[in-house]
Amino acid sequence: MATAAAHRTAQAQDASGGAADTGAHQHAFDAAVAAEERIEPRDWMPDAYRATLVRQIAQHAHSEIIGMQPEANWITRAPSLRRKAILMAKVQDEAGHGLYLYSAAETLGVGRDELLDKLHSGSQKYSSIFNYPTLTWADVGAIGWLVDGAAITNQVPLCRCSYGPYARAMVRVCKEESFHQRQGYELLLALSRGTAEQHAMAQDAVDRWWWPSLMMFGPPDDASRHSAQSMAWKIKRHSNDELRQRFVDICVPQAESLGLTLPDPDLRWNEERGHHDFGAIDWTEFHEVLKGNGPCNEQRITQRRRAHEEGAWVREAAAAHAAKHSGETGVKQA
Amino acid sequence: MTTTVTATAALALGDDALVLSHRLGEWAGHAPVLEEEVALANIALDLLGQARVLLSTAGDEDELAYLREERAFTNLQLVEQPNGDFAHTIARQLYFSTYQHLLYARLAVTDGEFAPLAAKAVKEVAYHRDHAEQWTLRLGDGTGLSHERMQRACDALWRFTGEMFLPVEGLAVDGEQLRSAWLESVSGVLRRATLTVPEGPQSGAWTAGAGRQGLHTEPFGRMLAEMQHLHRSHPGASW
Repeated sequence: MATAAAHRTAQAQDASGGAADTGAHQHAFDAAVAAEERIEPRDWMPDAYRATLVRQIAQHAHSEIIGMQPEANWITRAPSLRRKAILMAKVQDEAGHGLYLYSAAETLGVGRDELLDKLHSGSQKYSSIFNYPTLTWADVGAIGWLVDGAAITNQVPLCRCSYGPYARAMVRVCKEESFHQRQGYELLLALSRGTAEQHAMAQDAVDRWWWPSLMMFGPPDDASRHSAQSMAWKIKRHSNDELRQRFVDICVPQAESLGLTLPDPDLRWNEERGHHDFGAIDWTEFHEVLKGNGPCNEQRITQRRRAHEEGAWVREAAAAHAAKHSGETGVKQA
Repeated sequence: MTTTVTATAALALGDDALVLSHRLGEWAGHAPVLEEEVALANIALDLLGQARVLLSTAGDEDELAYLREERAFTNLQLVEQPNGDFAHTIARQLYFSTYQHLLYARLAVTDGEFAPLAAKAVKEVAYHRDHAEQWTLRLGDGTGLSHERMQRACDALWRFTGEMFLPVEGLAVDGEQLRSAWLESVSGVLRRATLTVPEGPQSGAWTAGAGRQGLHTEPFGRMLAEMQHLHRSHPGASW
């Protein structure tokens, strides 16, 4: 409580005093983070903390809306009405996650339009996993099981992130993501237990999505640029390699239950470590995809830009209509 | 499959919902603004839910959706029309959701087989209608460009609206009463949106509103080809 009080005092000084003492602010901020308190939008925060959050939340929001594309690719071909309903609801959830996350970013002083411009110009990134194509129906299941599974492993700790609006958005996002993960698993299970063709389709999808999913945790700890500072700020709680290991350990028994294999000859239980050992990740591929040389980078961003450009007249019409009728909702003036 | 009177009506209404849901699903990832990604998907999901109940009344939902040929579908030609630009999608939504809302409101208070479904669906469809009306107002009374596009879309789809008021076996609804209620509502919205109520005939000259008899427009075959290909590629498989 003393920390919170100090924090508020710093805020008050800032509001009343003008040229506030940055040192006192920094001290209050550090103390709040150390005490596991949440930093809220109106609290003072270091510029670098704000910038890191904007970068991370924007990238997360962009990933949600770009991530709609590979799955929407199968909405019109879903092989049963039940699966179609599940898939449409999932893609809709992703749009909803995009909305919460852009709103969380707005609490840091950046608008959605500005962030979308940065996505479209390539100056902000989205998760590289969405630069891989969904080639068969089984890919929808593999994305749910592996990609959403990896995302949850990354995101559950974010529910305790030091920045309040982001942490709260993640609580809801994680609930929905865990639903998606189970739906993906169940889709693959149906295929694995189905006809020989369906089983092969499921195995092929897992073969293609396994390694890119492991790359979702980011570069190894010794090569991760932003990790140390984010851990100190309690934006990030676990290292990339820790989370990747946790994910592998979760997936191995699930793959067995699915009756599918994971495409890694070096994957085995290590009694001593109490974890699974796994093979070396091809970081060259990761960096190539990140640089724009993945199979779908161009396609994804082109579709996004086109939807935005082709929708401009609709957004302009809505704005023009609102401006014309802005007086009508309140009490009519004489 | 039984072809009782109830099944005939369930297929007609179920196909409308199934086909429009599919068209709206095509917007995913292409909508003009993020809020519309959510809204259009929501409407598509409501319609798919209605379709599943209705088709299950007539038989097996997946067999009916995936294994019938084009000529066996009895949806209105209106709902199979391609999305076009956002104005065309909104005009199609305005025409159809107004019809569906008026129809379901009537069915909900009858003691027929569709009353329970209609009573639930009418609440969903009220939102669809509101969504379409609000966007018609924004586009019609927005910018010069949006006005022009909305007018063009309303005009282009007008000839598919007459079919909604033809009698459907098994639905105890007065078509002419439905038409006048629909016309009054749609005309009111269009006028408020500063748009002109189209004056052309409400049916095309040749197929003359024959979707209910299984005569469709060219884009429908392609839509079904896409929708059905995976299911048909694996005969007997379950998903």
